[in-house]
Amino acid sequence: MLSLWLNVLASGILLGLVYGLVALGLTIIFGVMRVVNFAHGEMVVFGVYIGYWTVRLWNVPIIVAAAIAAVVMFAFGYLLEALIVKRFVNRPHHYQFIVFIGLSLLFSGTLLVAFGPDPRPTASQLSFQTVSLGLVTLDLARVQAAATAGLLIALLGAYLKFSPFGRSLRAAADNRLGGLIVGLNIPRVYAVTFGIGAACAGVAGALISPLFDAQPYLAVDFTLLAFVTVIVGGLGSFGGALLGGLVIGVAEAIAALMFTPSMKTALPYALLIIILVFRPRGFFGAKEI
Amino acid sequence: MQKKFDRGLERTRWLAGITVFAVLGLVGLLANPYVISLMTIVLLFTFLGQSWNLMLGIGGQLSIGHALFVGLGAYSVGVLYVKYGISPWVGLLTGMILAGSVGASIAWLSFRFEVRGIYFALLTIAAAEFARIMFSGWEFVGAMQGLFFAAPTGGIEISMLRGDARFYYFVALALAALGIIGTEFISRSYLGYVWRAMRDDESAARALGVRTFQHKILVISLSAATAAAGGGVLALVQGSIFPDSIMGMGLSVDVLIGPVVGGLGTTFGPLVGSLAAIPLNHLMSALGDSLRIPGLNNITYGVVLISVIWFLPDGIWPAIVRLCKAIQGPPTAWLWQSRKVEE
Repeated sequence: MLSLWLNVLASGILLGLVYGLVALGLTIIFGVMRVVNFAHGEMVVFGVYIGYWTVRLWNVPIIVAAAIAAVVMFAFGYLLEALIVKRFVNRPHHYQFIVFIGLSLLFSGTLLVAFGPDPRPTASQLSFQTVSLGLVTLDLARVQAAATAGLLIALLGAYLKFSPFGRSLRAAADNRLGGLIVGLNIPRVYAVTFGIGAACAGVAGALISPLFDAQPYLAVDFTLLAFVTVIVGGLGSFGGALLGGLVIGVAEAIAALMFTPSMKTALPYALLIIILVFRPRGFFGAKEI
Repeated sequence: MQKKFDRGLERTRWLAGITVFAVLGLVGLLANPYVISLMTIVLLFTFLGQSWNLMLGIGGQLSIGHALFVGLGAYSVGVLYVKYGISPWVGLLTGMILAGSVGASIAWLSFRFEVRGIYFALLTIAAAEFARIMFSGWEFVGAMQGLFFAAPTGGIEISMLRGDARFYYFVALALAALGIIGTEFISRSYLGYVWRAMRDDESAARALGVRTFQHKILVISLSAATAAAGGGVLALVQGSIFPDSIMGMGLSVDVLIGPVVGGLGTTFGPLVGSLAAIPLNHLMSALGDSLRIPGLNNITYGVVLISVIWFLPDGIWPAIVRLCKAIQGPPTAWLWQSRKVEE
């Protein structure tokens, strides 16, 4: 019994780290640009497909697929911001939301046209391997995904904290006008921010490709999951995204053990409603929206 | 929502409205079954769009979970009629009360704790998704297998709101007309002014003595109740209710496309937007099916949404109005517009 619970907790924490990475992408974009990326789930699914195709075509390890996903999705996010999102950054929230709903429809439609609606499982070498640590037996793909996600979160945190670019990014998040006055290249900061956000989503997608079958319809679930995670932690907060990811991962795992599968999917929303009602800005939310 | 209410413009507006509805009535009498069924959906989504428009366009609150209210209305009608044989009129009323109270409680909960703007929008999604998952797992309402209405017997029964496709077309037309007249009425009433003031600047409205908290709850519950009425009729028209299609994100997006494309906060916007978007969507899914390209309609919808916000940020209807004013004097311009709508 104890070992069952430990296993469930551990796998929840591991998946939670990946959710944290997804949420981090969303929260960085929101924190800096005050834009809610409603197409975030589609970007995760792009990552899943990148994982699927690289593994299928070249039979490389998932880590390599994740690196490819990072580069591709960074470029994608950068271009998307520079070409489209840029024009809507100063519009009211509901306009932005509608643009992003449009983008998400466009992306999911493109995925459907390109790959069809059928689920495609990624045949990773890791799929059936496990590691045992005392009472806990873990699936290797999950451990690897979580370790990579955790490492990336730490690296990204350090980069934002200590590098000159990270400083200008935080300055832009803090005060856009002030940033402009001291000569920050705000358009570039925004484009790079969006690129980083998209890359987080893409890498997370590639990392979980051995766990989830690639399928266009996954996108809505991931978007909503990322929102829930981010709101639980607090929109715009770095630590909040990580904490939110862990909370949601563990809650989902426990719910899957204790309730029916449909309850497992409903639980994050229930959690979100409770949190929004009692702590509207999440655990570490931004003071101002 | 008109800036000036001068008399000449007033008359042409009425004239235009009556012409549009006369034409739509003729369509109902003369058109073939395919056009009838397509236009029924267009008119229902015009009504649903009006309800959503009331919340954002006039009340200033963004909802991306309108499917929740639509679904509650649909399920009220469905459960009462299919399980107990109770008239859909009762179901519609029940659904409106239910959705109105759910809307009011969501609004109360969130505004009480100062959840607003983007957080409120996310809360509406969360509530809708939560409800969808609950209904998908609830055996009593048919869970994932859905609820089915018995096929209509052929005769028209007003008391049971049952009839053939043409009958439902006129029901939808009546709803759309009611929606347009209601929006016009509300936007000129005391409430309309208060709500628009609140939308434009909440603090200023409060400083003028508007009880914004109560008014926000009122506008949201009114919008939710009307959405439920539309949902109840939608369920009757479709003859079946499935949680994923009536409460899913997709429906929430369908509801907002009409008003956004047509013109936020305008009276005719949802009609124009639905007329433009829904046939396009049907055409594209038919094309996608015949070419075996699933997702073609998603791409089109996405591109349409982005380009509308990009090129015509206030929607098609205000653009038409501007165009007409630029080309001609008002009276002929309004006639020209009604012809435009008819196309």
